[in-house]
Amino acid sequence: MNYQILEVKEQVLADNEQAAARTREALKQSRTLLVNLMGSPGAGKTSSLLRLIELLGKDFKIGVMEADVDSDVDAKAVAEAGAKVIQLHTGGLCHMDADMTARGLEALDTAGLDLVFLENVGNLVCPAEFDVGAGLRLMILSVPEGDDKPLKYPLMFTVSDVMLVNKIDTAPIFDFDLEAASSRARALNPDIQIFPVSAKTGEGFAAVADFLRERLRNKEAVGGGTLDAPSQPIAPYTGPSKAPAPTTERGASV
Amino acid sequence: MHEMGIVLHLAKTLDETAEENKLTAIGRVVLQVGEVSGIMTDLFVDAWNYFKVRHPVLVNSELVLETIPAVTWCDNCKQTYETVKYGKECPYCHSGETWLLRGNECIIKEIEAE
Repeated sequence: MNYQILEVKEQVLADNEQAAARTREALKQSRTLLVNLMGSPGAGKTSSLLRLIELLGKDFKIGVMEADVDSDVDAKAVAEAGAKVIQLHTGGLCHMDADMTARGLEALDTAGLDLVFLENVGNLVCPAEFDVGAGLRLMILSVPEGDDKPLKYPLMFTVSDVMLVNKIDTAPIFDFDLEAASSRARALNPDIQIFPVSAKTGEGFAAVADFLRERLRNKEAVGGGTLDAPSQPIAPYTGPSKAPAPTTERGASV
Repeated sequence: MHEMGIVLHLAKTLDETAEENKLTAIGRVVLQVGEVSGIMTDLFVDAWNYFKVRHPVLVNSELVLETIPAVTWCDNCKQTYETVKYGKECPYCHSGETWLLRGNECIIKEIEAE
């Protein structure tokens, strides 16, 4: 075969970033706040969502996209709480990407919706890698998982705007140090907002709901405002030479 | 497990590149992978070999991975150091005011095609 060489020099996820930017722009136009809800399996994503729907459902029209590898148990629970919901199956994939999210939003039909939650696949790794076009990234760390998780899964804590520390009612039973978890998360991401909550008792959710109300009221922030991507520009690799001076104010911490 | 998601995006990008450039077959695909990108290279190649047969232009392709060493910049003492060896804390001044300069990328460098 007579091969030619093509220089591509493109980030593999460039197409995902472009799709996410289109979603962010469309949501800005329709004034819908998309929240990317992430956390481990069992962290309490669905039960936290039910609490937030209970607190915000009277004042805002809420839509939910339940992403799972399979099943629809979460979608049923959320529909019973009164939100408009669709179930998305990722077909084995461990996260949602921007294209799948855009198709989900179309199927959900966001017309008239103020707030849309994407309940991502339960996973602390992959969802952090894929920008879906959300205006807010909210992650849940639950007490039984341990306060060392920011050390083990740094990207998730780096890209999230909000961290809920769920199951705080069980803190006396577990060796969980809220101060340690908070300072580890803040070392990665000084701007992260931290709320201790219990989806079981409802403790702490009024503050989370107020935070979301504020974001919804602040129209600039709705639909986009903040860039939902770990998008620090990184100097192109030109070989093992001396590194150039940094161009970002704050990059990914490793 | 995110290897599979990244492979799907890689296949899509290459399909589009082939269409734009009227290529009929892609051979070597050189990918630059950062040392701290979190990509497991053997898993990545396995996933690629699984998916490439589903894309006519990619059936005979071969993935070549080049590693980009991770380098961290210390903003306190204005020096760089090896990320993997020292992590978040600067080995010279022990400051935590550090950030990654490079090493978390995944870039298609070049492809051989006809």
